[in-house]
Amino acid sequence: MSWYKRLTKASPVKTKSTSRHLVKVALSALAIGVSGASLAAEPEKEELKFGFIKLTDMAPLAIAYEKQFFEDEGLYVTLEAQANWKVLLDRVIDGQLDGAHMLAGQPLGATIGFGTQAHIITAFSMDLNGNGITVSNEVWEQMKPGIPKQADGKPVHPIKADYLKPVVEKYKAQGKPFNMGMVFPVSTHNYELRYWLAAGGIHPGYYAPLKGDISGQIDADALLSVTPPPQMPATLEAGTIYGYCVGEPWNQQAVFKGIGVPVITDYEIWKDNPEKVFGVSKEWADKYPQTHIAVVKAMIRAAKWLDDNNNANRPEAVKILSQSNYVGADYEVIANSMTGTFEYEKGDKREVPDFNVFFRYNATYPYYSDAVWYLTQMRRWGQIPEHKPDSWYMDIAKKVYRPDIYAAAAKELIAEGKMAASDFPDFAKETGFKPPQTEFIDNITYDGSKPNEYLSKFAIGLKPADTLK
Amino acid sequence: MFKQNTMRYLSLAGFSWMIPVFKLATGENPREQGQEILRQIGLPVLAVLIFLAIWSTLAARVDTSLGTFPGPAAVYSAAQGLVAEHKAEREKADAFYQRQVERNEKKLAKNPDAEVKIREYTGKATFIDQIFTSLKTVFTGFVVASLIAIPIGVACGLSPLLNAAIAPLIQIFKPVSPLAWLPLVTMVVSAVYVSDDPLFAKSFVNSAITVTLCCMWPTLINTAVGVASIDKDLINVGRVIRLGWVTRVRKIAIPASLPMIFTGLRISLGIGWMVLIAAEMLAQNPGLGKFVWDEFQNGSSESLARIMVAVITIGFIGFLLDSLMQTLHKVIARGEANS
Repeated sequence: MSWYKRLTKASPVKTKSTSRHLVKVALSALAIGVSGASLAAEPEKEELKFGFIKLTDMAPLAIAYEKQFFEDEGLYVTLEAQANWKVLLDRVIDGQLDGAHMLAGQPLGATIGFGTQAHIITAFSMDLNGNGITVSNEVWEQMKPGIPKQADGKPVHPIKADYLKPVVEKYKAQGKPFNMGMVFPVSTHNYELRYWLAAGGIHPGYYAPLKGDISGQIDADALLSVTPPPQMPATLEAGTIYGYCVGEPWNQQAVFKGIGVPVITDYEIWKDNPEKVFGVSKEWADKYPQTHIAVVKAMIRAAKWLDDNNNANRPEAVKILSQSNYVGADYEVIANSMTGTFEYEKGDKREVPDFNVFFRYNATYPYYSDAVWYLTQMRRWGQIPEHKPDSWYMDIAKKVYRPDIYAAAAKELIAEGKMAASDFPDFAKETGFKPPQTEFIDNITYDGSKPNEYLSKFAIGLKPADTLK
Repeated sequence: MFKQNTMRYLSLAGFSWMIPVFKLATGENPREQGQEILRQIGLPVLAVLIFLAIWSTLAARVDTSLGTFPGPAAVYSAAQGLVAEHKAEREKADAFYQRQVERNEKKLAKNPDAEVKIREYTGKATFIDQIFTSLKTVFTGFVVASLIAIPIGVACGLSPLLNAAIAPLIQIFKPVSPLAWLPLVTMVVSAVYVSDDPLFAKSFVNSAITVTLCCMWPTLINTAVGVASIDKDLINVGRVIRLGWVTRVRKIAIPASLPMIFTGLRISLGIGWMVLIAAEMLAQNPGLGKFVWDEFQNGSSESLARIMVAVITIGFIGFLLDSLMQTLHKVIARGEANS
């Protein structure tokens, strides 16, 4: 080995680490040859900083840290709460953060250049569902009389936006703008809120980046604007907005504080919809491929832990999340949704066992069809201003969603005996497209392989040929 | 003599309220000392008790969306909780280091050439950690500010021309709120302070510079005024015995204006401490300000009590810093008087 030492001594740091890495890979390849078992290569970068927003669905990160899944992969991770989604994305782009808990729309939005332009990729989907739409007490009082009741006097669920329509029209007639909050222009919450409103005949407004109008309020009946999640209840209480769409615990917080009523969960708007992803910049992923795989491995294990034995570990997870450095809300508030119940009106608690899904139904796998759905919604509301062929949707999905990296991580976990092949989709057959999904609140079927056909099915929204100029 | 010295040290250290107790212990007129103790210790204690009673009764009536406003009892238990959290976090840190050692040993056993190192703990900063972070930041900012302000102040005091030239600048920058500086400082630091392995974290530099910018003015102005108002006879004596400029500053200007300089420093440190908390809150830089803001964002039922603990801590530290400056001033003044 002395020639190797001489070489590394004489060469600058960069080549040192790569040559060292090559040697390690060669060694591990040898080891595989000898022992027949796969042996993960060492990560190139061991000290990492990941960003997150204080929401319960950051759980896979907290669990991977607290249960030492990161350390098992030889990673020393610092988790840091960020002020808002924009700051978080900017810090991933300029390299202050190695990766982050992101909204599913963020890597896609950044890659196509809506907002900040940067190539962000994701190899790990963090969870399904987990959001709700909450309205203020005042709006709820006006909605409630129109909603059909069950035998016990409680409202029939899901509650459609049709019952909100008369309220919005009343405000409009009085010349009061009907303001609602969501967390980010490319957030899942924005698209879910818009989907729900539009399904009930309320126009949520268009974006027109070509005209330089990115307020998203063109032709709107309900005016949507951005509010950071933790400030949602306070903003609602102050009367600045009449309702919002946000992740947990901020819907339950409104019930606890007695300032608003959650009317619907996103599970009822689109069953098992993808919510957050773990995003890194393309540059980072190219520079540290082995580290990226190690991170995904730790997070897959964390997600599995969260869903193990029918959510048996959830109470412990909630306890961890209620620490002030993670989510910091009260145990009871977080536990509500994490342990499979959701409280709508005060006292109207219902079972929603899949309110937060972290691993079941292949929740962690980055499906192309999920990416395409978000792209269709960006097109529907004008964030993508011009017509794009079906092939463009596929190309962008493949550019951003990286099931190949996920598969590499999963195979290592299977080889190490930490997971079973049955925990994952069949990688040999998986196309990345889910079969057509039908469980939407407006009963429109979504087939990820035909985005333009899907777009032409909506009553409210841009048709494939439309351009706002 | 021992008695005299002890009493002097007590008053130096800001424990003058202990003097009657000490006198009583050494057997001086018990009745007189008893009255003195009542006046110096009894009254403040009574005032604090009355304040606590008022606080308790009023707090119970204020109902926020995070529960009732915390009274003294809630704040006390929150403080205990914070200390317990700190201990738990320390234990976690120890386990973290332990695991690293074991992992490194394994690594070396597998490959003797592997590079191993022990990394800093990656867990959360506790309340007590944040106190030390804030103290470190405020002292850094304050020391830098003093190093800038005192020389400029002395120069202004000695030269009326320079004073006239700089006056408008001082007048304009003095009233600027720290929060107005903060975005500019942040952007400049991000642009200028670039290195792969920085000695100080960016957030620390931002906070410290903001503190510096806000707390240099009182020291500067007081120093200038102090130096300018030195007895003309002293200056003339310096001229007559042909002292060099440096000696004049060192032997005459600074000692004579020391009381004013210290008044300036005291005000500066107080302002620096206030500014720092605000800057930490706004920029989310580590420290007590961030702790307060994080707790506010968390919105748990404990949050208000924990914020109240932080508020009291901030006040208490401010008070300690002020006493420290006073003591320092007395010590130095005595040193000057004795030499």
